[in-house]
Amino acid sequence: MFNELGHFALILAFMVACVQAVVPLMGAQMRRPGWMAVAEPAATVQFLLTLLAFLALTWAFVTSDFSLRLVWANSHTAKPMLYKITGVWGNHEGSMLLWVLIVALFGAFVAWFGQGLPPGLKARVLSVQGMIGAAFFAFILFTSNPFLRLEVPPFDGQDLNPLLQDPGLAFHPPFLYLGYVGLSMTFSFAVAALIEERVDAAWGRWVRPYTLAAWMFLTIGIALGSWWAYYELGWGGFWFWDPVENASFMPWLISAALLHSAVVVEKREALKSWTILLAIIAFGFSMIGAFITRSGVLTSVHAFATDPERGLFLLLILAVFMGGALTLFALRASAMQAKGVFGVSSRESMLLINNILLGVAAFVVFVGTIWPLVAELFFDRKLSVGEPFFNLAFTPFMVLLGLILPVGALLPWKRARLGRAIGQLRMAFGVSVAIGVLVWAMQSGRSGLGPVGLFLGAWLISGAAIDLWSRTGRGQSRVARLFRLPRADWGRVVAHGGLGVSMAGVAAMLAWSVEDIRVVSKGDRFDLAGYSFTLNDVWQENGPNYRSTMAEFEVRKGAGQVALLHPEKRFYPVAAMPTTEAAIDNGILRDIYVVIGDPQASGGWAVRTYYKPLANWIWGGAILMALGGGLSLSDRRYRVAAGAARRRTSPSSPVAAQ
Amino acid sequence: MRWLILCLALLASPVWAVQPDEILPDPALEARARELSKGLRCLVCRNENIDDSHADLARDLRLLVRERLVAGDSDEQVIEFVVARYGEFVLLKPITTGANMLLWAAGPLMLLIGAGMGLVYVRRRARAQSDGVGDPGLDADEQARLDQILKG
Repeated sequence: MFNELGHFALILAFMVACVQAVVPLMGAQMRRPGWMAVAEPAATVQFLLTLLAFLALTWAFVTSDFSLRLVWANSHTAKPMLYKITGVWGNHEGSMLLWVLIVALFGAFVAWFGQGLPPGLKARVLSVQGMIGAAFFAFILFTSNPFLRLEVPPFDGQDLNPLLQDPGLAFHPPFLYLGYVGLSMTFSFAVAALIEERVDAAWGRWVRPYTLAAWMFLTIGIALGSWWAYYELGWGGFWFWDPVENASFMPWLISAALLHSAVVVEKREALKSWTILLAIIAFGFSMIGAFITRSGVLTSVHAFATDPERGLFLLLILAVFMGGALTLFALRASAMQAKGVFGVSSRESMLLINNILLGVAAFVVFVGTIWPLVAELFFDRKLSVGEPFFNLAFTPFMVLLGLILPVGALLPWKRARLGRAIGQLRMAFGVSVAIGVLVWAMQSGRSGLGPVGLFLGAWLISGAAIDLWSRTGRGQSRVARLFRLPRADWGRVVAHGGLGVSMAGVAAMLAWSVEDIRVVSKGDRFDLAGYSFTLNDVWQENGPNYRSTMAEFEVRKGAGQVALLHPEKRFYPVAAMPTTEAAIDNGILRDIYVVIGDPQASGGWAVRTYYKPLANWIWGGAILMALGGGLSLSDRRYRVAAGAARRRTSPSSPVAAQ
Repeated sequence: MRWLILCLALLASPVWAVQPDEILPDPALEARARELSKGLRCLVCRNENIDDSHADLARDLRLLVRERLVAGDSDEQVIEFVVARYGEFVLLKPITTGANMLLWAAGPLMLLIGAGMGLVYVRRRARAQSDGVGDPGLDADEQARLDQILKG
């Protein structure tokens, strides 16, 4: 019964989305307030209906209703409750339902909290959001319906892919989708602004919270995925430049660029058409991501469904939205004149450089990702583009970005003296170089990667600290003023510092990881990176829906015990798949990582042990970046702006922007 | 029961990434083998290098690389040997000749274009400042609104 209700709600939501896509837009063009007013209730109803459909599907998973094909294919009665719930989006159909749920949620957000928006803009934004919703509802209903029944319900299901039965990966998709789909909101704002031919400071201010939220969720989603890969795949890799990873990384890079260019629009009314273009491209990359994951065009480790029909449908959606938006852009972009003037050395210019570097970096990732396809289609060559290419071609842009970031953050708007900012940063630069040189001297003559990474990390972190301190002005009570600074200042500084932390972590991990692979019998002892490891015992254990080979390692340093580690090798009988559960002793400066492998013919077990320096800095930095985004998002400026705009009829004026 | 689990585990997971029995006794050779393996793609997997891959074929390739190294091949010779048999598809780092020039040059070229366009834009913004172009001042509505604000 619930299933039919959910199915019905989904169809209704599709129809509501169609109405929302057409009526408010026509109302706005024909200046009929009644038609425009349809947008808000439609967005709310669309969200509630989609929520109903989503809850119905969740209920089917929770109660293991195997009459649903989807539940049968992806669940099992013995699966823990947490994974029954997260299993809802652990498959193609369910994840698409989550996707449209979030599309509807963002639309409803504009309806509920967008009181400050002028009615025309609001109606158009919701209308475009309705179009996006309608397209994906149609995709779900016509090609990937989650509510299809089985004629004869089987006794038990086929279980969820064991690799997905993990807390890190269970919550990776919702965050990622919040990010991807959050970019649909900036896309809607951009298209609405193009239709209105009006982009001003107020527009920049309205778009920024959505960009910030999308970027923040993408950061968390990507970090969760990378953390999962680190502890689950069994060799401590954290990024593989796989097409699907790149698909999430490109929107992240573009939304980071958009975040910064929207500031320029908001504060200085420049870079307008560029910002609009970025907003369009950012969502384009989100949809390319959906396409890559689900079409099977590019082979990837974690592709979902690979079905040409679905791929074609997604490609069609992508083509219609990108083609439409870019055509509109080509027609209207010239109407958006920049107002703010600024000198060559100014914060505006630095943010422009930031945008160029992030844009080019995203472009490199894009070209590398689709190159195998291009080469096969046009040059008849089957080739691969992998990690070594991306490491070489992508990293320089990030290094450049890290180098100029602290300088750019210190420059004032309009017209700046570069010398002054450099003067302020003299000490930070000196200390960072010293750290880099020290590290270079300490390591035993290997690559420059580690020293450069640690130099950049130190430079970004100390630069961020100086940035924060310089905001407190002069004279007495600077420390007190530090805590009264706007949250946006704190947000910027924390996020920039976080980038430094991540860069240092990545470099240290790539440069100085130590690995050991050997056969170990019970009671054997071996050493790695100053730690000694003893295999105390190996035994079998039964989990809720798996069997496990568990080992106990005692890790000692000198006389003291550091940790008792319990790596596992699990076997999931229903899916007939093994997984490795690494045991990790987390530390601030290093991780110790132990994996137990197969029993050997000669007795003993294959054991891999790793010493991973600064491993947690990678994800710690990502958490800081997300936290910085959150701090900026909570800045009272956005609330004040919403309040102020409500009292005014004219949404913007250059005066407000200054 | 125990042997059953063992059998199942062995059936389901043929091999692992680099196994202890594959490792060469000479650490220098082994280090070179690892480095080479990182640049070679496992042909039956999705975008994984043979060093990380669990597939049987990846193991065969790892052993092949080590065999060639023990036979005294240089790094380039090993790569040539593998490419001659499996095609350039095995290379995770595409070669830099022919059409692939485009791939390698894409980033730097785009940077040049971006920097050029950015420079033109910034110069125009900066010049707008000196001769007043680009700042048309306030239109009538905005002027009225400004007056209203200034009056309080």
